[in-house]
Amino acid sequence: MESREIDVAYVAKLARLALSPEENERFASQLGAIFEHVDRLAGLPVGDVAATAQVIPLRNVMREDVPRPSLDRELVLGSAPRREGPYFRVPRIIGEDA
Amino acid sequence: MIEGSAAEIADAVNARRVSALELTNALAARIDERDGAVGAYLARTTELAREHAARVDARVAAGERLPLAGVGLAIKDNMCVAGTPTTCASKILADWVAPYTATAVARLLEAGAIPLGKTNLDEFAMGSSCENSALGRTANPWDLGRVPGGSSGGSAAAVAAGEATVALGSDTGGSIREPAAFCGVVGFKPTYGRVSRYGLIAFASSLDQIGPISRSVADSALLYDVMAGHDPMDATTVERPVEAAAPALRDDLRGVRIGIVKEFGLAELGAEVRAVYERAYDDLVKLGAELVEVTLPTAEYGVATYYLIAPAECSSNLARFDGMRYGLRVERPDVGATYEATRAAGFGDEVKRRILIGTYALSSGYYDAYYVRAQKARTLIAADFARAFASCDAIACPAAATPAFAFAAKTDPVSMYLMDYYTIPMSLAGLPSLSVPCGYVTTPGAHALPLGLELSAPLFAERALLGIAHAYEGATRHAFARSIPDLPRAAALR
Repeated sequence: MESREIDVAYVAKLARLALSPEENERFASQLGAIFEHVDRLAGLPVGDVAATAQVIPLRNVMREDVPRPSLDRELVLGSAPRREGPYFRVPRIIGEDA
Repeated sequence: MIEGSAAEIADAVNARRVSALELTNALAARIDERDGAVGAYLARTTELAREHAARVDARVAAGERLPLAGVGLAIKDNMCVAGTPTTCASKILADWVAPYTATAVARLLEAGAIPLGKTNLDEFAMGSSCENSALGRTANPWDLGRVPGGSSGGSAAAVAAGEATVALGSDTGGSIREPAAFCGVVGFKPTYGRVSRYGLIAFASSLDQIGPISRSVADSALLYDVMAGHDPMDATTVERPVEAAAPALRDDLRGVRIGIVKEFGLAELGAEVRAVYERAYDDLVKLGAELVEVTLPTAEYGVATYYLIAPAECSSNLARFDGMRYGLRVERPDVGATYEATRAAGFGDEVKRRILIGTYALSSGYYDAYYVRAQKARTLIAADFARAFASCDAIACPAAATPAFAFAAKTDPVSMYLMDYYTIPMSLAGLPSLSVPCGYVTTPGAHALPLGLELSAPLFAERALLGIAHAYEGATRHAFARSIPDLPRAAALR
């Protein structure tokens, strides 16, 4: 995990974040410093210990398949940025230009 | 009366010596008087508070006894309360109104607590000073030129300033304990999986935990007893009976072994801070505890581990904020550009930074070197604690290396991240952990600034942990040794 130049513009694309040129430059330098700190983990011999996803011994949790009321549709649609009748209105996704 | 403990208030309301409505009005007046200077609240829910107070009074009149009758509660603004704005102190949720109530909040309200308002935080709970809030500025009631800590800074400041009797915070890497230490109050993070997170807006799902902030350990125990336990709406809550903590509070530490962490030597701390912690360890001994040295050789990797795992999870959790179904939308001709513009406008710097860290750590080619390696480090850190707890009942250490710092004092992200050096390892191991006031240092401006002693225990040992903290608190009374300075009058949010 040697220090490396982080291509922030590429990472931002993956994260669906539009960054200004100023932000690109600033975040690149800050991420460099952060990963310099994080890279100290290379000094910890982890060997083949198991990875911990979370600490509590929980297995898959199942519940009875019983229908129950969900949130009120009007309430939920009421906080949509745009709606059309009982639907969320979103920008065009399928089509030549998408 | 509003200065009283939660138990005293509930007793008085249950005995009908005072009404919940009178107390609610008195607290509202207190907030009017003080919050202009402190800025703990992002939104007040005074009407809702009065409705709840009236309902509590009616239930009490009908013969019910409620464990939190009339107790004024401040709620961190990353928890949903139906019909009220829930913003996460972010522009992306600035206008969002929650359609349901978080389980932890609902349980407290059902037990008679009164929802006074929603408190400020670092945006999406990412930060250690509250300076990352996009929607408000919260000052430390002990010194208005300093931060309250974070991310639950508004909740800690509200309790410290007497603008709430108790509060809810959430803790991912120290976000309850550090602000509690900075504000001279008690902040308690239960074991991961103990308190339902249904209705807590997710930051890092393998770490997030809700807990109480209060002026005494007994009040935190009271809230914990009401909140804890399995919730069918949160599959990560543990189906394990909760042993009530409030009845087990103790007054001495005879027979208790307290671990002092070799790697957390006090030598690196400033002289005044060091003296406070040396005295705190001595006080534990005076109460009958035996101090044993324990070693956590991997603890120094905590911050590095955390800053891979938490941002990785945050980058995934915050993907839901895409401007389609709720929150801000910045409309562009196509959907991809709409996502990018919405998130660019809606998220602040720290949130963007963590999304970038997490996305990078999870990206192709780096996943094993960073994310998987951090998860393995986490296993080692948890194993270190398990070994340490073979020889002690609880671990004591500083909650933070310094008292509250001045606004804008920490400009580079890494120095801010290191503020959580003492709290992160316990979070990674999922342990119950709290901060209890342990003394003061004085600044050049002659302000007294509180410090917190962090006490941590094995998984699910909340009852023992709160008992130990209560004994320490009772013998030292640091939370009550001094009071906050007089606050200048300034117009509060109505």
